[in-house]
Amino acid sequence: MKFLSEYRSPELVDQYLRQIRETVRRPWTIMEVCGGQTHSLVKNGILNMLPPEVTMVHGPGCPVCVTPLHLIDKAVWLAEEQRVILCSYGDMLRVPGSRKSLLEAKAAGADVRILYSPLEAVTVAQENPGREVVFFAVGFETTAPANAMSVVHAHQLGVQNYSILASHVLVPPAIEAVMNDPEARIQGFLAAGHVCTIMGLHEYHPLAEKYKIPIVVTGFEPVDLLQGILMAVRQLENGEHRVENQYSRVVRPEGNPEARRVIERVFTLSDREWRGIGTIPNSGWEVQHDLSAYDANRKFNVQLEKAPESPDCIAGLVLKGIKNHTNALNSARAAPPPCPSARLWCRRKAPAQHTIITGRRVSGSTVYRLPSTVYRYANTLSDA
Amino acid sequence: MCLAIPGKITQITTDPGNPFRSGKVSFGGIVREVNLSLVPDAREGDYVLVHVGAAISMVDEAEAQTTFDYLKQIGELDDLNLGAEDSKTG
Ligand code: SF4
Repeated sequence: MKFLSEYRSPELVDQYLRQIRETVRRPWTIMEVCGGQTHSLVKNGILNMLPPEVTMVHGPGCPVCVTPLHLIDKAVWLAEEQRVILCSYGDMLRVPGSRKSLLEAKAAGADVRILYSPLEAVTVAQENPGREVVFFAVGFETTAPANAMSVVHAHQLGVQNYSILASHVLVPPAIEAVMNDPEARIQGFLAAGHVCTIMGLHEYHPLAEKYKIPIVVTGFEPVDLLQGILMAVRQLENGEHRVENQYSRVVRPEGNPEARRVIERVFTLSDREWRGIGTIPNSGWEVQHDLSAYDANRKFNVQLEKAPESPDCIAGLVLKGIKNHTNALNSARAAPPPCPSARLWCRRKAPAQHTIITGRRVSGSTVYRLPSTVYRYANTLSDA
Repeated sequence: MCLAIPGKITQITTDPGNPFRSGKVSFGGIVREVNLSLVPDAREGDYVLVHVGAAISMVDEAEAQTTFDYLKQIGELDDLNLGAEDSKTG
């Protein structure tokens, strides 16, 4: 498939790996921010192919790890107590709340539906005029335009039985939180390519300057990731700290102005709680006041007591690069971790290291030949 | 979560009355209806990156080439730097 298979070329992967080996002289710790990148690094076996000097730390880019318990509780409450049609991306269904997950609520009779796109939720609302429909709008900057567009869409179509439970988190404040922690030992970042597709590069220049760290905006395919790592290593070895754009085929320096306009129309900055870390100022988005008719929080006046997070959760440590998910997963295989979300991680991530989505067992450097992203995508399509 | 996939616009299908631009996008043969409001300049035949049902960017073919040229480019750059250092010390 064009713009995918070329970036999985084994020859190019080898060339990039060789160049990284030739460039690196000292040990470096680099964090990839986005869970999609982590997934690709693990799935394609890249972590095992990198020279020992390069340590990749997996960042906060997973909605599981950063969505606090009480938001899940809210979604469950809306589905069970308010009897709304609760629509969500599939990722969030198994995430445990303090009492139960959305999947458990669904099993107990609540109307919980998995959708591929928030725009479909507006159609669900149109088809069910007698019911309230709430979309659990989780995600980073990447997902915000589509979530916001669903609100604009509903507004323009005069659909009044639709609202969103916004759960947005922003990457730059997370990078700050990582770097401000005295224990953190991250020396460079691979920034999330799809987040920057929306937001552009301007937020990252001050961060690279302030913390003297290279930030390389990077894509998701094996060759993308290796090129991003090479760019970061070259900067580190040369004592540089710039924002570089590996993913220029998709990311423009100014981002996508159209997308940002929709976001600004619907959302406003807010403080946001991150699981395992606490509240980070201005690290989230909530629905603008004049659109509060589409904000499930205000529409249903959700007043739930906050359940305490599990003390065993390592999300904060993972986010700061002090603990590493892969290690956590490896030890998790011996004894299941106490945090229910971590067990979720294990179920989700562990098989990826051995059996890929296609069902074929592969090992070592041949893994990246599989177009599994496409399969995964095809699967979401047929699920939806 | 941030999974996004490139696909080729095969048809712009927005019908009148729909305030949102949309079209058919082919992902290696799998064709889906995709919202195109965020890529107003995209035309049939263009490649777009699609995330949760909306195209979020156009794929730039010229820029796509840079990943394949990068190694050669830095090789030449390093040769140049080495040359400069040589001339300094020499
Ligand atoms: S232990 Fe792991 S999976 Fe739990 S939320 Fe906590 S970091 Fe994420």
